[in-house]
Amino acid sequence: MIEIEGITKRYDATTVVDDVSMLIEPRTIAVIVGTSGSGKTTLLRMINRLVEPTSGVIRLDGADNRSLPGYQLRRSIGYAIQGHGLFPHRTVAQNIGTVPVLLGWEAARIKRRVDELMTLYQLDPQAFGPRYPHELSGGQQQRVGVARALAAEPNVLLMDEPFGALDPIIRNKAQEDLLAIQKRFGTTIILVTHDMEEAVHMGDKIAVMDAGKLVQYAKPAEILAKPASAFVETLVGASEKPFRLLSLGRVRDAVETGAAEGEAIPDDASQRDALAELLWSGRPALPVKGADGRPLGRVTVDGLVKRAARPA
Amino acid sequence: MTIRFDKLGVVIAAIVSYAAFAAPFATFRANRIVPGEARSILDALPAAAGPLLLAIVVGAALIALLKTPLILRLAASVVALAALALLIGVSGSFLTPEGNTFARISPASGFWLLIFAFTLLLADVLTRLNLSPWARVGVLVVAAAAIGLLLVSGSWNSLSILKEYANRADSFWAEGSKHVTLALGSLAAAVISGLPLGILCHRVEKLRAGVLNVLNIIQTIPSIALFGLLIAPLGWVATHVPGAAALGIRGIGTAPAFVALFLYSLLPVVANTVVGLAGVPRAANDAARGMGMTDRQRLFGVEFPLAFPVILTGIRIVLVQNIGLATIAALIGGGGFGVFVFQGVGQTAMDLVLLGAVPTVAMAFAAAIILDAVIEMTSTRRREAQPA
Repeated sequence: MIEIEGITKRYDATTVVDDVSMLIEPRTIAVIVGTSGSGKTTLLRMINRLVEPTSGVIRLDGADNRSLPGYQLRRSIGYAIQGHGLFPHRTVAQNIGTVPVLLGWEAARIKRRVDELMTLYQLDPQAFGPRYPHELSGGQQQRVGVARALAAEPNVLLMDEPFGALDPIIRNKAQEDLLAIQKRFGTTIILVTHDMEEAVHMGDKIAVMDAGKLVQYAKPAEILAKPASAFVETLVGASEKPFRLLSLGRVRDAVETGAAEGEAIPDDASQRDALAELLWSGRPALPVKGADGRPLGRVTVDGLVKRAARPA
Repeated sequence: MTIRFDKLGVVIAAIVSYAAFAAPFATFRANRIVPGEARSILDALPAAAGPLLLAIVVGAALIALLKTPLILRLAASVVALAALALLIGVSGSFLTPEGNTFARISPASGFWLLIFAFTLLLADVLTRLNLSPWARVGVLVVAAAAIGLLLVSGSWNSLSILKEYANRADSFWAEGSKHVTLALGSLAAAVISGLPLGILCHRVEKLRAGVLNVLNIIQTIPSIALFGLLIAPLGWVATHVPGAAALGIRGIGTAPAFVALFLYSLLPVVANTVVGLAGVPRAANDAARGMGMTDRQRLFGVEFPLAFPVILTGIRIVLVQNIGLATIAALIGGGGFGVFVFQGVGQTAMDLVLLGAVPTVAMAFAAAIILDAVIEMTSTRRREAQPA
């Protein structure tokens, strides 16, 4: 659990973060969204004290984050940034082992952990371990960056636009990987982005920041349905709203009884994908199949359109 | 088949034809200070050797002129250089009258131009072969060994420069070691104090402009003026600080030369340290801090290794510069190869000047090749390391 209480950061006369309070539940993903200059990165960097707040308190699992020296605190918190920040003069394995080495783990334990993470991220430890970062593709570098952040098994992972430099296809894959790994390790993740799509897709809760202030902090559905201000409304994008709302739900939650013709859609696909498929193929309904291939029913255009409407 | 010319080969062939047929190959002088008489290749060498050298030189020039395989060009340049090196010694013995110890035979402009032309060819071939750093150092070692072998074998002993050497063998090595001590010692001192100063300038922005400007100004003071400026303070130190004089600190001599070289070395070391540290990718630095490295761990684990090739470039500049500049130390009694240069100038004995100048140039050249290789070795792995 991360408690942010009345955090303010001022540089001379300008207030970058203005009295922000929020509470992040353990094992969830909180996404901080905002335009550039909104103070979202500064807020993130105050959690691991790369930036010291002017006033306010941040507590991690009840303990004030100033109870440890800054560098020791940072070793216990994962940190991944845009452009990955890998050390170009160290191999992939050395990069991933950075924090364990700082913590003084035994060599054998470091190697085990590095191999485990590399395997998890579909990088063969034999082939990729001894390579240097510049020999990897952009997507691989990003994966190494996240693996490095997770190396010392932190409970909390801070990510500053971690997917910013990736092309859309690799970006999608990286997001899915992160969700899977978050589920597996139960890490609490705070992710900063300027991309509302990413926020809706990734976040258990979304914090919208504008000019240093926390404008709204709520579940994605609520942000979409009841934007707290005109700013949030623009950030969500009026014409995108229904589709973003649909993208939050899975097909399995929209299944109706009945049969339909044609190729079946898996029940864990998003409702948005189902609607897109329906519109594109011009059919009124699609059959739905479970993970085992068993038919579950169908989804209809009418049903999905109702779900895309503004919630009551 | 059409005949195609190599661009550089045209230049080489032109130099070679002038040097081989129009310029003198060796100079004969009755003693070490009178003006010499020029001798062409055919006059300067025994009956068979002259035409042979001409044939080799012309053949090699033709190979250079036409578009030929690299390996053939390499062989041509090496053979030509070897023939020139061997035959200039032969010419020395051939031209020296029997039992005459005053006569001086020295290589003349034609010889030097031929050496220049084929070194150009060799350098061009080596560049095109794109040798690895180790291979380049290897070539340097082989060349040094070949020259060393010729020197030890005595086949050059009849040449004027080695006659000068024979007269001063003891002081040659003494001055040589003083030269090296001056150049390397001042470099070491500059690195030891320049690196921390550079790190400080990087961290404290306010210091940076001030320090670099002062060092820039020092760099612009002519060396002789700097020696002069140092006489008073060092003289004062020698008389007023107990034990300083015993350490050899005086207004003139090695101490001011050392201090001057040290001051000249500071700017490249400090400036390159600052530039190198500033060039460390921001993201890598931020990640290092974000993962809990202390300032010290970040400096030695991330910033320093990444800045190292740039810092090495500064050290390379300093080393080559110091080897050359140390020659001037002789002006104020600091010793070094400059001693021979200034004695030679005083006695109008060009051979003595060369005895000081040639080893200096050779050392600077070797230092440049070795450090370039080291720089390349330390920087290859991270050449494309910046994130896209």
